Amino acid sequence: MTTWPILSVVTFLPLVGALFILVVRGDDVVSARNARWVALWTTLVTFIVSLLLLPGFDSKAAGFQFVEKHPWLGDVAAYHMGVDGISLPLVILTTFLMPFCILASWESVKKRVKEYMIAFLVLETLMVGTFCALDLVLFYFYFEASLIPMFLIIGIWGGPRRIYASFKFFLYTLAGSVLLMLAIMAIYWQAGTTDVPTLMTHGFPVGMQTWLWLAFFASFAVKMPMWPVHTWLPDAHVEAPTAGSVILAGVLLKMGGYGFIRYSLPMFPDASHLFAPLVFTLSVVAIIYTSLVALVQTDIKKLIAYSSVAHMGFVTMGLFAMNEQGLQGAMFLMISHGFVSGALFLCVGVIYDRMHTRDISAYGGLVKRMPLYATAFMIFTMANVGLPGTSGFVGEFLTMLAAFERNSWIAFFAATGVIFSAAYALWLYWRVIFGPLEKDNLKGILDLSPREIAILVPLVVITILFGFWPAPILDMTSTAVNAVVARTDTVASAVKTATLMFSF
Amino acid sequence: MYQAIVFLPLIGFLIAGLFGRVLGARPAEIITTAFLFISCALAWVAFFQVGFGGHDAHVQVMRWIHVGDLKIDWAFRIDTMTVIMLIVVTTVSSLVHLYSIGYMHEDPSRQRFFAYLSLFTFAMLMLVTADNLVQLFFGWEGVGLASYLLIGFWYEKPSANAAAMKAFVVNRVGDFGFMLGIFAVFVMTGSVTFDAVFAQAPSLVGKSINFLGHAWDAPTVIALLLFVGAMGKSAQFLLHTWLPDAMEGPTPVSALIHAATMVTAGVFMVARMSPIFELSHTALSVVMLVGATTAMFAATVALVQNDIKKVIAYSTCSQLGYMFVAMGAGAYSVGIFHLFTHACFKALLFLCAGSVINAMHHEQDMRHMGGLYKKIPFTYAMMLIGTLAITGFPFLAGYYSKDAIIEAAWASDNSFALYGWVMTVAAAALTSFYSWRLVFMTFHGHPHDHHHYENAHESPLAMTIPLGVLAVGSVFAGMVFYGDFVGHHVQDFFRQSIFMGAENHILHEMHDIPGWAAYAPTVMMALGFLVAYWFYVLDPSVPVALVRSQDALYQFLLNKWYFDEIYNFIIIRPVLWIGRVLWKQGDGRIIDGLGPDGISARVLDVTASVVRLQSGYLYHYAFVMLIGVAAFITWFMFAGV
Repeated sequence: MTTWPILSVVTFLPLVGALFILVVRGDDVVSARNARWVALWTTLVTFIVSLLLLPGFDSKAAGFQFVEKHPWLGDVAAYHMGVDGISLPLVILTTFLMPFCILASWESVKKRVKEYMIAFLVLETLMVGTFCALDLVLFYFYFEASLIPMFLIIGIWGGPRRIYASFKFFLYTLAGSVLLMLAIMAIYWQAGTTDVPTLMTHGFPVGMQTWLWLAFFASFAVKMPMWPVHTWLPDAHVEAPTAGSVILAGVLLKMGGYGFIRYSLPMFPDASHLFAPLVFTLSVVAIIYTSLVALVQTDIKKLIAYSSVAHMGFVTMGLFAMNEQGLQGAMFLMISHGFVSGALFLCVGVIYDRMHTRDISAYGGLVKRMPLYATAFMIFTMANVGLPGTSGFVGEFLTMLAAFERNSWIAFFAATGVIFSAAYALWLYWRVIFGPLEKDNLKGILDLSPREIAILVPLVVITILFGFWPAPILDMTSTAVNAVVARTDTVASAVKTATLMFSF
Repeated sequence: MYQAIVFLPLIGFLIAGLFGRVLGARPAEIITTAFLFISCALAWVAFFQVGFGGHDAHVQVMRWIHVGDLKIDWAFRIDTMTVIMLIVVTTVSSLVHLYSIGYMHEDPSRQRFFAYLSLFTFAMLMLVTADNLVQLFFGWEGVGLASYLLIGFWYEKPSANAAAMKAFVVNRVGDFGFMLGIFAVFVMTGSVTFDAVFAQAPSLVGKSINFLGHAWDAPTVIALLLFVGAMGKSAQFLLHTWLPDAMEGPTPVSALIHAATMVTAGVFMVARMSPIFELSHTALSVVMLVGATTAMFAATVALVQNDIKKVIAYSTCSQLGYMFVAMGAGAYSVGIFHLFTHACFKALLFLCAGSVINAMHHEQDMRHMGGLYKKIPFTYAMMLIGTLAITGFPFLAGYYSKDAIIEAAWASDNSFALYGWVMTVAAAALTSFYSWRLVFMTFHGHPHDHHHYENAHESPLAMTIPLGVLAVGSVFAGMVFYGDFVGHHVQDFFRQSIFMGAENHILHEMHDIPGWAAYAPTVMMALGFLVAYWFYVLDPSVPVALVRSQDALYQFLLNKWYFDEIYNFIIIRPVLWIGRVLWKQGDGRIIDGLGPDGISARVLDVTASVVRLQSGYLYHYAFVMLIGVAAFITWFMFAGV
């Protein structure tokens, strides 16, 4: 195993890049160009360094790896970092998506380029930190602080209604975070530590678990987002710049799912069992409700945003099925949705950069002029509807299978999402890509530029690769997920024994 | 060898798809077609080795999804069922590839067309070689995707796009059931691999599964859920609406996908899952009920259609119903036999129709045709063979397979056996009528469109060779293979690939039916021919008068029993309406209204009184910002504790 603090390097390297951009001088054009290049190289190097985690990572080993632990904030909290099979794929997903974000903003962001790049790099640090933190206070810091750069990205570089959207985003997430903070304080008082590995086996009193679970749920459910606290997401997506949407859908939403699987399930297993029906209900409502809403959208980004909410419904459903297929499926779906929805937003960005509208009715017949674009968009659309052979299928299939094992009603309603998703995704594709090319302003539209090809090709490749060969991700998550399942199972069997004893 | 059969079309697809624009149209055509022919040759070798040599095989390709007990691999299961499908798929596909070189020669994006055709073939081969339900589902969805792309191939036509999307979405309704069926299989048997599932199947008898809050008989639930999938893919009654619309695609596509191969996947799946279906009398009854209803319903609609392709499409729908009747009767091999012969003559009919359409410069309305037999005699001859075969003219392919189905329906102990028999016999008469109607309207009588008629010409060699090959198949396929599919060699030929319960003696009983019942379909065939001859050759005024006197019935049939209108009214429009309500009222008014908007409205009320603080001076803002920063810092510190 490596001796250098690789996780800290991955986490803080972007911050170094940001500092570097900060001190860059020169007139606007030069500094903007420098800022872009510095940001691109920083994110690329960060990605490569994060890949160095893979050879050293032992997917069979239990517990956390690459652990770093230093005192911080006295006795209360420590700087404790580490990854396991659950966080590592999310870390790599984050570092993987960042260069695409920088590239996607290459030409479309014109004002305050320096600040924009700094915001993104800071955001990357905070996101990676969120997934690596093994101390609740540290986690809370990263988790909540990641809100600020995103808030700024939407509020400054967003569309016409950016202020409304960013405040809505802020209001929702802040509401959740206050409760999360109170819960963390309560945990500290009860358990005397905020160290995550210790807490995961701590065993809180059942009554307290209920309240703590609800507080954590408030925060994570908003982040996911689950129905009915999802309405910030479509607005935030619509107003955010393309790269902002990519990160929002690709990584920020996964923080909620990560929170559930890392904290709620192992720390509060009794409460998780207690509230599982509630989560199932909300998930199923989300899948059907948001799919139906997606069907009637007139704005491309909003449609994809609603479809994200539906997919996150599959994730929460899988998580709270609390069996191996469910958790593995949810993890896989999060990763897959990370790059598929990111890619879809990038696709929207491609045409938005050209036509400056996201209105579906403004398009039509693009395949005539943009065959490459149409192909890429088709592949991501198919991944979005969960076609076998794309990465989208594996997660959806596993989560539904897991839900069926719990209760066939859930799987039955969730499976209707399969029909609706095909309807809204293909209808969107039809209206944008197919049909006659009649609108005059579209007749000169250009196909993908080399920069855009460079962005989309890697995404196409991994979408199909992981569809046929999901083993790398499944193997990576397997041990860690099984530990969580075992943890929830012991409680479940304890509950069962208790009821059995009562029944005698 | 099996890898080559399956993956050659994939390689062809990748070459034509990725490099088609660089290579040009002709090389892309030649590469994909050549690969398909190689694949086809190998498939025939496999057919004799496995079917008659008994060399069943299992080929492991790679791991797919391994999670806990769930172990799904990419693997091929090669048995008689598989090799029958292999030869059907590769033969028809290679002929359609060849045919398309002629048919599509004016189209600017032929590379794309051939790439899609090969993609379809690959997915179909994955479907038929699957060794587990999930890989089968992969092929199932893959052919759906290819079908979607090919129906919408002429993407500038709104009707083509609508048809493509409709096909995909309606199929997804079936997939909804299919997926639940897969889940139920996994929950009950702990596996999705065929070997393991079939080994477990006998133990399912009498077990119950908790589905939707009720404990049901496990085999029945599994079989019915899977059958919902089959209904979608095979366009059975209620989920049939996509198939006629799918005729928007180029005609070779209709022949390959919507006649010979993809739509029969449902039949294949039911036969493949026979160890489960055989355990549930209820499920088999439903299969027969749906099959017989479809056979009759589609035939009635085909009677009055004027589009040459629509007639054949409804005919396909009807013939698929026949196959399901055989499945319902427990005579799986007989259903597969009809699948096999039907692939020959239906592909032939479609390709002939394509040849007619090609000759008539893309005119598809039969009312504008007529008298074409002089202009395109070869196509006419082939069409006659196809028609004779489908109507069940003695000793041609359809005669053996269709009559066997009707006999099986008679002899079966299924609850709907009599219904199935009546419907299939009656549909036989209708089949004969609409098939001959098509021939007479197209090739006989007087030309209705002289301009097109004068310019009509026989198709090029690339198109006529496939017709000839399929015609040979349509004549001899029934005669040659009768013994293996229906007669005495069924057990030696199919071995373990289909399962028939100990009480299932349908293959013997169907030979002991009374003579009049056995001859009924042949009589019906002759009757249908005579009526068609009377209506469209002897006295064309009769059908016109009939339509006038029975207008309501005619409109009902012409509008396909108004299924599209009904679905539009009871499903599509309400769904869109609900979506809009949920969006505007649910999200907009209730959630946002009570949530963020409501709160910010209150906040605005408060800030209205603070607004005078905002004087616009820089230092004021700086002051406010300082407070803000202080608040943030406090917040973080607070967070840190």
